[in-house]
Amino acid sequence: MNETELRNKILEVLTGIAPEAAEVDLDPRVGFRDQLDFDSMDFLNFAIGLHEELGVDIPPRDYPRLATLASAVRYLQARLGE
Amino acid sequence: MGEFRMPSLGADMEKGVLTSWEVSPGDEIRRGDVIAVVETDKGAIDVECHETGTVREFLVEPGTEAAVGTPLAVIDVPGEEPAAGAPSSGRVRISPAARRRADELGIDPAAVTGTGVQGSVTVADVEQAAGGTPTPGDASGAESIRRAIAGAMSLANREIPHYYLGSAIDFEAAARWLDDYNEGKAPDEQVILPALLLKAVAVSVLEVPELNGRWKSGAFTPSGSVDLGVAIALRHGAGLVAPAIAAAETLPVTELMRHFRELVMRARTGRLRSSEVSGGTITVTSLGERCVDWVYPVIQPPQVAMVGFGQMTRRPWVEGEAVVARRVITATLAGDHRVSDGRRGGLFLEKLAACLQAPEQL
Repeated sequence: MNETELRNKILEVLTGIAPEAAEVDLDPRVGFRDQLDFDSMDFLNFAIGLHEELGVDIPPRDYPRLATLASAVRYLQARLGE
Repeated sequence: MGEFRMPSLGADMEKGVLTSWEVSPGDEIRRGDVIAVVETDKGAIDVECHETGTVREFLVEPGTEAAVGTPLAVIDVPGEEPAAGAPSSGRVRISPAARRRADELGIDPAAVTGTGVQGSVTVADVEQAAGGTPTPGDASGAESIRRAIAGAMSLANREIPHYYLGSAIDFEAAARWLDDYNEGKAPDEQVILPALLLKAVAVSVLEVPELNGRWKSGAFTPSGSVDLGVAIALRHGAGLVAPAIAAAETLPVTELMRHFRELVMRARTGRLRSSEVSGGTITVTSLGERCVDWVYPVIQPPQVAMVGFGQMTRRPWVEGEAVVARRVITATLAGDHRVSDGRRGGLFLEKLAACLQAPEQL
């Protein structure tokens, strides 16, 4: 999976949690917490969605690495490359 | 026979719009089936029926606005007389809120032309008759949900003599238990902190039954089960809903977590069910995610208590003769003086703190 495909997968999962993610122009370096008003439940649902879509297990201590679109892409690229 | 009526999906709800029927005449339905979708101030709600039987006929078309209590469909219930058809009534159809407004304005409801369903008199009709400004029509979703919250909270502040208590709780044992529990678990098996707090409240309130139930018609009815309302913030200040998890005290933490997660997901993206939005017996709000240390909750009528949690922070904590760093959460209780007092409320906080010291037993 290339970076664009991965990014689209992530956006798909995000949109399932926060439908407005499809409408706003997400700044990849600003946290979902600030841009999408995410809380811990949203991050958990994000991790569950990524697990379902990509088959990557994400331990809770890694949740901070899912904070922005850019960091989520980096983290998941690394995990998928393992 | 049974009539399926416009349900009251909150203390402040006057009317709703029937959006769609999810069944057809002739369908067999069972208690708890979703039979209609109703648009309310709080968004679209899947409405469940309370009877088992056969749908005989619809009295109201989709797209129709109807006051709470308006018959929407006739249900044939086995073993009962067949329905006599659409009901008729000689008295003025008027919602409680419109009647109140009419009293305030000194208007006779019988003299007002109703524009609501089946000619029922609405608040706007009363105000129109009084020469006042009609209430705004179709407000946006966010505006209408804000109005609904304001209505319920005004009612609470007007009628409930609140008292408030707070207690800082040593959360170290519970936080460690959570970390250990989640280690190595797949995301959909993980438990987050608020779920543990919910279970702790459900178990603790069993010891103080005068905090768990409903105030109706001037009297308190305690509830046999803890139908735990959960305050869920909608995104970007779009408002707040407080759907309930039925019999939360009986659910293992993992199961409670699953219900909680589904509720949040559906509240924020999809639809809640009628039994969830109208059924709570006590409500919890957790505001710890945005640096709030404590909250003084406003009770949701007709409930008589609400529990608030602030953020988990590391604090100096005295243990024996030493000061140690501990993760601490402040719990607050808003109670209703018509039913309980500070001493009983304090007992609840004491039980809550105690059960959070043994999280593995929750």
